[in-house]
Amino acid sequence: MKVVVWGTRGSLASPGPDTARYGGNTSCVEVRADDGTVLVLDAGTGIRRLGMQLPPSLPRVDLLLSHLHMDHIQGLGFFAPLQRPNMDVRIWGPPSTTLDLRSRLIRYLSPPLFPVHLRDLACCLTLQEIAGGHFDIGPFKVESGLVCHPGTTLGYRIEAGAASMAYLPDHELRLGAVSLDGDPAWISGFDLVRGVDVLIHDAQYTAAEYDGHSGWGHSTTDEVVRFAARAGVRHVVLFHHSPDHDDATLDRLVADAARLAPPGLTVTAAAEGTAYTIAETR
Amino acid sequence: MAQHEIEIILTRQLASCMATPVFLVDPAGTLLYFNEPAERVLGQRFDEAGEMPVERWSTIFSPMDAAGVPLPAESLPLVVALTECRPTHGHFWIHGLDHTLRRIEVTAFPIVGVADRFVGAVAIFWEDPGE
Ligand SMILES: [Zn+2]
Ligand SMILES: [Zn+2]
Repeated sequence: MKVVVWGTRGSLASPGPDTARYGGNTSCVEVRADDGTVLVLDAGTGIRRLGMQLPPSLPRVDLLLSHLHMDHIQGLGFFAPLQRPNMDVRIWGPPSTTLDLRSRLIRYLSPPLFPVHLRDLACCLTLQEIAGGHFDIGPFKVESGLVCHPGTTLGYRIEAGAASMAYLPDHELRLGAVSLDGDPAWISGFDLVRGVDVLIHDAQYTAAEYDGHSGWGHSTTDEVVRFAARAGVRHVVLFHHSPDHDDATLDRLVADAARLAPPGLTVTAAAEGTAYTIAETR
Repeated sequence: MAQHEIEIILTRQLASCMATPVFLVDPAGTLLYFNEPAERVLGQRFDEAGEMPVERWSTIFSPMDAAGVPLPAESLPLVVALTECRPTHGHFWIHGLDHTLRRIEVTAFPIVGVADRFVGAVAIFWEDPGE
């Protein structure tokens, strides 16, 4: 399994010389199995470059949306496979409590916000509504679960053979966990991340920045390290970087976070273009 | 213990900062949590009570009507909310485990999450000092 980061930023794309190393595009991650099956996690602005490098010969791609906040769908209309007539594109994502997935997507993919209507895309498009639960895509075993973030938001656990990764790009641990040290049954997302090789997790704030942002749906760097350590994760990747955090700031935050990690837990920060290879057979 | 649904975790989080007594159960009726204000009315700390099945919590507090006649479990608002999946209101007497008789008023409602997932039910209640 190979995991490639195409967009790291939360809330708003923030390109510029100060964010060039970690990247300015919003959330998008590619997960590729050894047999070539491709999953795309979220459709932030990073999905545009990913779409361009997917070969036209690829018959199918599955896009798993965590939720429908703008920073996770803004690149969708610019995902090249949507305009390929022979491409089978399946979009998996959550409904809201009152609208189905199609109605929610059309709010963005229709005029006046976007010139092309969802029904006019050239690809063979299938929408798969999910609100948690298990499904298989090729060699991938996918577990999805609702996590603590405003609106309906899914986290994903993806396994292929012995390899496992989890993706919780927007997740507020402070509200979602009764206690990070207490019974794991009362910690949002715990079963999704338990023991994974790589966890890509929201770490938008420092502890100081969280003050005044309770309920905004995001976690702090130190909480993410505690959560990952508690769940037996091997490598936690800090993700959904604040648009206000430039490269120098992120260097400092990840160094501080890494000092909190117990032996056996690696802490890094997501940077555009970084790839993680996880062995499917051991 | 399986992971609780996010709606249940968030309900507990809300209950933990409410001054109103709150009692939270899963779809099978198993008590998952009651908050500190509820501890005062029920006469027991949640840490001591722990999780318990509906058969136990619906009887140990000896719910009864004004004439002292025991109420069957299926008539309790929280059990109605669970079994019929609708909000219910009622009032009755209970014996707290501190051996104090209290008249309480209860509003119970099902917790139904996105995609119509029935994930549990909650009762909020008040001790009625009026009688
Ligand atoms: Zn986001
Ligand atoms: Zn979000």
